[in-house]
Amino acid sequence: MNEERKGLIKKITNSDIWKSIFRHGYEKTGRRYTLQVLQNVWLHLHPPRISRHALNFRFTWCMGGITFLMFLVTAVTGVLLMFYYRPVAEYAFRDVQALEFDIPFGMLLRNMHRWAAHGMVISVMLHMFRVFLTGSYKKPREFNWAVGVILLLITFFLSFTGYLLPWDQLAYWAVTVGTNMARATPVLGHEGPFAPADIITQSNDVRFALLGGTIVGPSTLLRFYILHCIAVPLVASLLMALHFWRVRKDGGISGPL
Amino acid sequence: MENVLLLIEKPDNVPILAMLFLIPFFMWLAYRQARQTDRTGVPSDAALNDKVYVWPYLCRNEFVCAIIIMLILAVWSIMIDAPLEEMSDPAKTPNPSKAPWYFLALQEMLVYFDPWIAGVVLPGLIIAGLIAIPYIDINPKGKGYYTIKERPFALSVFCFGFIILWIVLMIVGTFLRGPGWNIFMPWEYWDPHKLVPLTNVNLSYLFGIRDEMTANFFGFAVVAGYFALGPVFYFWKGKTSKFLQELGLIRYVIVSFLFLCMMALPIKMILRLGLNIKYVWVSPWFNV
Repeated sequence: MNEERKGLIKKITNSDIWKSIFRHGYEKTGRRYTLQVLQNVWLHLHPPRISRHALNFRFTWCMGGITFLMFLVTAVTGVLLMFYYRPVAEYAFRDVQALEFDIPFGMLLRNMHRWAAHGMVISVMLHMFRVFLTGSYKKPREFNWAVGVILLLITFFLSFTGYLLPWDQLAYWAVTVGTNMARATPVLGHEGPFAPADIITQSNDVRFALLGGTIVGPSTLLRFYILHCIAVPLVASLLMALHFWRVRKDGGISGPL
Repeated sequence: MENVLLLIEKPDNVPILAMLFLIPFFMWLAYRQARQTDRTGVPSDAALNDKVYVWPYLCRNEFVCAIIIMLILAVWSIMIDAPLEEMSDPAKTPNPSKAPWYFLALQEMLVYFDPWIAGVVLPGLIIAGLIAIPYIDINPKGKGYYTIKERPFALSVFCFGFIILWIVLMIVGTFLRGPGWNIFMPWEYWDPHKLVPLTNVNLSYLFGIRDEMTANFFGFAVVAGYFALGPVFYFWKGKTSKFLQELGLIRYVIVSFLFLCMMALPIKMILRLGLNIKYVWVSPWFNV
């Protein structure tokens, strides 16, 4: 039986179709291990070999990877949620209610999206903490730390824009409190210091630009929806690509050099 | 007590509860490794050159880690439902109105500073300061391993900022702030009509200054004097300290400015909570 199965597996992996997809073969050699990473678009972000200490969970806490995983989970669940959600003040809350009560696994979908988003905020903060504690921002990784700080901000902003979308009391007032700050921006906010009172008013300051109105309203919902689903994830993806690429270009995962 | 139990039950507060355990755990983990490095010395080059293949060793680790995390996330999502309150109503303001949990440290700062500082300037400085860290920390040691001995200043400043001024304030904002943004201890009842008899006065008033113009100049002098601590320290130690000379004037100005800005928050907290000081500097345009 076992022999038979091995024979079958060999037959499959030796077939032309299989070999057209996976070219590296299955000998237990360093060459194959290297090719398996280099020839795979999903794995080629990795170098073929890394130092042994990088495998150590105690050293890395795995937090950067977890952050990326959480981003992927929110992207997948987010796309699924978009099928059921309309960013219009009349519908938004009803659609979320429908997700909870009518749509099969809708509640689970929404839960996973929300908790993965919270998980991402936690893991990104812990990732920054780890990178600081190990001094991994030092030369030659200064610039990548800066990219990481921007990504931290983007994570907060992604989570914050998503917070409004359920359009319930919790969302509405959390975003009201959060965006009220903007009116106190020096020069550019209508209640901020040094704002020229006859030029900067509450209907043309930075808060207005963010909300699309003088209070959180239907246009805010649409603005936050577009920021949350398209604009910010796009920027986040580009910066993540840069961040990961720089990890390798700056000498791989940090260690005592 | 019921209020705290209610707060703990709130699904959105699960991350904060998790942080209560995660932060001490990772602090302990880092501390243990730092102690080990400090005792036995920095790992040698040989250890770093000990290479392994990414496939299968690293990929296996990533895979196992991803499975464990997805398992936790799945259990979390099945057990606890995301919150959904009643439909938004601009006419019905909840008391207290709280920002999402990760912004509660910022909201907490609003108690001590006006919105333009707490909501705009200080967050901006936090971002700028974080980005500046690699460029102002010129200590070449402690790169790529846990240590305490080799970089005590950098570690203590960052940990103070991250643990005390970010995480602890977040926890305070979540669990101790009740109606009217008053502090309620866990055992206290959340009374929406709680009155806190506070007579906050400005610093100038405490010094007996009643005239507005004098108060303005006095406040300016105090704030300027506070930020002058940086240059004063430089003139005092700059000639003799090898560290300051290596750091250079420009880096020193940035480090001291950021450090003084960061310490302004706990100082203002102490002034407010201990002495009921409202503003340090009242000017016609802004208050500090």
